[in-house]
Amino acid sequence: MMNNQGRVTRIAASDAAVETFTGNRALMLEEPLLFERGSLENCGVDLPDVPVVQDRLAGLGRARVIGLPALSEPETVRHYTRLSRQNYGIDLGIFPLGSCTMKHNPRLNEKMARLPGFADIHPLQPQATVQGALQLIDTLATWLKTLTGMPEVAMSPKAGAHGELCGMLAIRAALEARGDARSVVLVPESAHGTNPATAAFCGYAVENIPANARGRVDVDALLARLGPDVAAVMITNPNTCGLFEPDMIAICEAVHAAGGFVYCDGANFNAIVGRVRPGDLGIDAMHINLHKTFSTPHGGGGPGSGPVVFSAALAPFAPLPFIRKVKDGFELVEEMQARQSKDHDRSFGRMVAFHGQMGMFVRALAYMMSHGADGLRLVAEDAVLNANYILASLKDVFTAPFAHTGPCMHEALFSDDFLDGTGLTTLDFAKAMIDEGFHPMTMYFPLVVHGAMLVEPTETESKASLDQLVGALRSLAARMLEAPDAFRTSPHMAPRRRLDETAAARKPVLGYRDAA
Amino acid sequence: MRYLPLTQPDRDAMLRVIGAPDIDALFADVPEAARLAAPIAGLPMHSPEMQVERALAAMAGRNLTAGTVPFFVGGGAYKHHVPASVDHLIQRGEFLTSYTPYQPEIAQGTLQVLFEFQTQVARLLGMEVANASMYDGSTAMTEAVFMARRVTRRAKALVSAGVHPHYVAVLNTLTRFTDDEVVTAKPALASGKPGDDLDSLIAGIDGRTSCVVVQNPNVLGHIADLKPLADACHAAGALLIVVVTEVVSLGAVASPGEMGADIVVGEGQSIGNGLNFGGPYLGLFATREKFVRQMPGRLCGETVDADGKRGFVLTLSTREQHIRREKATSNICTNSGLCALAFSIHLTLLGELGLRKLAMLNHARAVQLAERLGRIPGVELVTTQFFNEFTLRLPVEARPVIRKLAERQVLGGISLGRLYPGVAALENGMIVAVTETATDADFDAFEDALDEVLA
Repeated sequence: MMNNQGRVTRIAASDAAVETFTGNRALMLEEPLLFERGSLENCGVDLPDVPVVQDRLAGLGRARVIGLPALSEPETVRHYTRLSRQNYGIDLGIFPLGSCTMKHNPRLNEKMARLPGFADIHPLQPQATVQGALQLIDTLATWLKTLTGMPEVAMSPKAGAHGELCGMLAIRAALEARGDARSVVLVPESAHGTNPATAAFCGYAVENIPANARGRVDVDALLARLGPDVAAVMITNPNTCGLFEPDMIAICEAVHAAGGFVYCDGANFNAIVGRVRPGDLGIDAMHINLHKTFSTPHGGGGPGSGPVVFSAALAPFAPLPFIRKVKDGFELVEEMQARQSKDHDRSFGRMVAFHGQMGMFVRALAYMMSHGADGLRLVAEDAVLNANYILASLKDVFTAPFAHTGPCMHEALFSDDFLDGTGLTTLDFAKAMIDEGFHPMTMYFPLVVHGAMLVEPTETESKASLDQLVGALRSLAARMLEAPDAFRTSPHMAPRRRLDETAAARKPVLGYRDAA
Repeated sequence: MRYLPLTQPDRDAMLRVIGAPDIDALFADVPEAARLAAPIAGLPMHSPEMQVERALAAMAGRNLTAGTVPFFVGGGAYKHHVPASVDHLIQRGEFLTSYTPYQPEIAQGTLQVLFEFQTQVARLLGMEVANASMYDGSTAMTEAVFMARRVTRRAKALVSAGVHPHYVAVLNTLTRFTDDEVVTAKPALASGKPGDDLDSLIAGIDGRTSCVVVQNPNVLGHIADLKPLADACHAAGALLIVVVTEVVSLGAVASPGEMGADIVVGEGQSIGNGLNFGGPYLGLFATREKFVRQMPGRLCGETVDADGKRGFVLTLSTREQHIRREKATSNICTNSGLCALAFSIHLTLLGELGLRKLAMLNHARAVQLAERLGRIPGVELVTTQFFNEFTLRLPVEARPVIRKLAERQVLGGISLGRLYPGVAALENGMIVAVTETATDADFDAFEDALDEVLA
């Protein structure tokens, strides 16, 4: 098998069989656990001597061994550097996880977030000493409100799901304020799992709305279900099939007419930033994942940041704390008792101990200022162009269930129909991509198509990168017909082969146990 | 634009492959009324890196940073020295730019770190199992109360007056629309044991109580023996939830697990993570093994691969939203992975010896400063048993004092008036935190400035 430079990509069988004493394979280095390597007698820091005082621990000192082994600094650097090399990251190659928007993380953002003026200030310092920080948050808030066309934004939510919670709490507070107890939240079946989980967290019963044959919300089913018991509809737009909901304006109008609110899951805002303002569609609340659209790094699972924009109807219920401009600067309003702003007189309360993810705010604002209004528009255009290029380049070998309805937005969705007759699953195909040096796409989500494969390239991939991915996927699609068995046991060349997840769950081992 | 690799010839070629006349054709599903023809008005256009850096540096320059002045602010976020190697290692692209480890074959780095992190956290808190992190301490505490409800099938939580008021506020917000009953009180500035209400908590436990939530050291710095409270909880079938906002204390103070806690939650910022004006921080969550299926959040577990090699995976995910949807134990998805990595690296450097020494250094320095400030005429040291944070009663309202100290370039602590606005009995209270970063010169400057402001 040749890649586009005519070089062989498949490892020779004889190479794979070579045994090594260490278990290492050249640059692929095995690394034991910290608890196997470190020692309770070691220490990787030097600290000043402890002054002799009469302690004030009242006999509550920690007597027993804690069990925390240490490594010296050189060993620590090596331990984590070796571990890092067992990870795939955007820095290594395309990370086409649909709905996750794994785009390039600019290093300017990292540098800015580490300026002591942002990184080394305490959330409870006197406000006069953090005016620049409040200015930064207020500036970011202005960008978010302007880009979404919404009048208010809550900055404190810690991640997308936390933002959903913020939005749904505001909706519940607004309904209760008008004495309107409603019990049901409608969620399309293509929604992220966080949507129904959040609605349930807020005490609502969740009902699913089916998708239609075009991969969009079944509007007739949605309209038929609206009524005096429906508090809100949670709808993702662009949706998780990678498609814009063309009836969004009509949906919002109908929900409002029935007395409910529209929560928009903004996970896919990257597809429309700068080209569409969600506020123009009529939504009431939307979270924005700064770690998706605005390039803050995902860090292997977090931290995220999920500011929530609000319509005028929900703005008075937005959470504490919030920032407002005062005569000679900015004020952080932290407490209900201290509130004086008419706009926030019915805040539903506080969501986190402090003011949100400052480190992520700095990164996001650096990214926005770099792109500007013009560049952000180009972000959406290139993201959509890249996804459509993938769709167009693969739809003859994969099954693209909604391609007949027209272009996609930022991600291309395929079903597993093209695997029929091979005995292979989406999982097998995804694992085979790993040997080709790619992180697989999102698998088995959304639930509306069988064996889903959701590919989101993002705008930070070059055409050459996309061509290589397309070439590899087409090659795999051809090879799976000749040699399906190799797929079933892939990956073969990753740091680990397939892991036994059933065994992990049946008898969970969730921490290291010292040998008895 | 420096972050966009496509050239105009690329775009043209790609449109031809797609069969679209222009880029607008790809947005055909957007209703006409919502299509923007030009860049959004009211925002600046793109900027070179140099100019962005200049603008942001100007904002950063308007803040008084902890490292440049005598600094004694705590209250749930602490300034500790973080070794340079920590920040270097978390910026390895393979850690920084990876995603949640959904493909374990190419995410063993992240997964092994999580396994080690879970082990470190469980041992530090004195518990059996810990998860792979939550957003922060306050949200972790709320999740713990909901978990106690699932375990006990009761809905009444007693919350100590010594719990950080912002944490209590978060719990109140999240229970506002549920039928959970949350019983709270404001702390008393009682000499010797401020905020200690263990006796009244014990008296308040009844057959409907799901859990008692207590913070140790409490928000006023006081440390207590929680064993009697744990016994009272268990006798009534309730769970004891212990909150730790300063995890360095666990190198000196008996762990919540040793005192009988059923769930321990914490703010892990103190180890490996900077102040960052409040975030991102690191929620810690640990419990007993028997409750593991009621836990929120991700869990990493050990397993083997097809060749029999040890490896790690995310496990027990049937608790989680992406599988269980509305029946999940929590809606949390993204957590604080990179902050957990920083925590784990710093704790690996410290180890048993380093953590214990760091903790005793914090404690000894706090004792020294507390005794000095307590000798200022009119100032009373209210907290007599503490770790690295204590409360003073000033002869005047503390909030203006803090401001005047800041005008003298001393960040001297937190006024109780800021944490408990409108509570007259607390307004003279001031919380002071002392870590290893404070020097003797900082002590002198603080004492002199406080003397001056109170004179």
